[in-house]
Amino acid sequence: MTDLSDLYQQIIVEHNRSPRNFKRLDDATRTAAGDNPLCGDKITLYVKLDGDVISDIGFQGSGCAISQSSASLMTGAVKGKTVVEAERLFHSFHAMVTDAHAMTDPMSLGKLAAFAGVRQFPSRVKCANLAWHTLHAALAAAAEPVSTE
Amino acid sequence: MSVGAPAGTTVPPQTDALRLDVARLRADFPILQTTVRGKPLVYLDNAATSQKPRAVIEATDRYYREQNANIHRGVYWLSEQATAAYEAVRAKAARFLGARESREIVFVRGTTEAINLVASSFGRSSLRPGDEVAITAMEHHSNIVPWQLACEERGAQLRVIPMSRQGELLLDEARTVIGPRTKLVALCHVSNSLGTINPVAEIVRMARSHGAAVLVDGAQAAPHMPVDVQALGCDFYTVSGHKMFGPTGVGLLYGRADRLEALPPYQGGGDMIRTVTFERTTFAPIPAKFEAGTPNIAGVIGLGAAIDYLEALPRDAVTAHEHDLLRYAMEQLCDVPGLTPIGTAAHKAPVVSFTMDGVHPHDVGTIVDQDGVAVRTGHHCTQPVMDFLGIPATTRASFAFYNTRADVDALARAVRRVREIFPR
Repeated sequence: MTDLSDLYQQIIVEHNRSPRNFKRLDDATRTAAGDNPLCGDKITLYVKLDGDVISDIGFQGSGCAISQSSASLMTGAVKGKTVVEAERLFHSFHAMVTDAHAMTDPMSLGKLAAFAGVRQFPSRVKCANLAWHTLHAALAAAAEPVSTE
Repeated sequence: MSVGAPAGTTVPPQTDALRLDVARLRADFPILQTTVRGKPLVYLDNAATSQKPRAVIEATDRYYREQNANIHRGVYWLSEQATAAYEAVRAKAARFLGARESREIVFVRGTTEAINLVASSFGRSSLRPGDEVAITAMEHHSNIVPWQLACEERGAQLRVIPMSRQGELLLDEARTVIGPRTKLVALCHVSNSLGTINPVAEIVRMARSHGAAVLVDGAQAAPHMPVDVQALGCDFYTVSGHKMFGPTGVGLLYGRADRLEALPPYQGGGDMIRTVTFERTTFAPIPAKFEAGTPNIAGVIGLGAAIDYLEALPRDAVTAHEHDLLRYAMEQLCDVPGLTPIGTAAHKAPVVSFTMDGVHPHDVGTIVDQDGVAVRTGHHCTQPVMDFLGIPATTRASFAFYNTRADVDALARAVRRVREIFPR
């Protein structure tokens, strides 16, 4: 039995309403775009790297609450982290929302653990993952827009 | 009828004379007896595909159990049975659409293939550089893209008849779009995302005055209203079986005999030829000319059962019931804070599209699904409609005759729950 309160946790609804780091960075060293054309979620991510540290990050976009709150919470989680740490979080997050048997310790993900409930809603996993795949592309300096559909 | 009644207006009860025995009809649809997450299925995505009555399911089943053989070629008894059953549906479909003759009906996979057939064959035979094809601002992608492809190939121009924000075609503008260069006008009878019923006969008159052909996409009309292609005066009319309670993968293309005869073949293959040599092929007469390869025989037979089912319904009572559902749904939903109906034309099929302040339609869809309510969310294959209205997507509830006011109540309850999760 799935439960809506697992999906639409307070923190997700709140970040959807007031997204953090919702800004364009004029001094970004990396940008990447992601969209899910079938459902219309869109994200543009701006990353400022100082050496291998994400010193600032912002995003703009539109779409469902899951995609936008995921982007908001992701920017908070990776700001100040190294590229390697951010990639590690990407893999942990991805495992949490796709794999019921993932060994990820939810505590290691902090606020991102709010998205654990997404796993029960297969059609919405791509919404939660979009920002993270876009970050992955930005850090890899990929030129093509990404999609998680 | 007029929709968008102000909140607080009460919908009068139906009169007994027009009352549809919905409970009895629902019993004909096995899937309507099922549950989703422990709750009765409330199926409100009929514009995407309709559910199937037992008569349709059993007709396809019986075909495979008792009649299966390839058609038109066998000289044995079973093949003759299958051929007779298949061709009987053609005659039935011709009557259903008001065609003059059975040979004006081509069996296709659905509306998308029907439009592609005409766009490709008409394009190759009739479009020249400088010619124009006119469509409308509310077309489904399947009535846009084939014409774009044909126009691009032939150096023709695609023109668009605009609509109002309520979702009604602007007829004065249509008179300026449709002109001496127009070779064909393609429009939907009923809009899939807005529900608008278009004034097809009037558009046909405009097209005729310039000698242009008219194709009508009837995918959303056939499940809701009797269709008479002669009264509409169109040259081509398309229908999808699965949207009118029939199987998937089968549909109808009506083409006036002289128009079909003038078109070159669409696909080549078996069954569409008269003679083949390595140098030259001569083609079968219509409609076989357009039915290359073994068709969806079981689908055609299922579609025949769907036509029988629809024709046995009291159509006036169905119309009254569907109008009641539309008005009742508008009334119940417009009471929800921050909900805006999208598509408020004066003449509408039972389709209610809406947006909600601060909530994306995909979140609406997920939340109402928890109550067993199936609605469509997204752009409904009408991205230009969404762009025109400046919205990314809508939530769409689309009704069939087997829906009830209780279904509307379940939808309205579920939508109120959306508002609780996403307060304004």
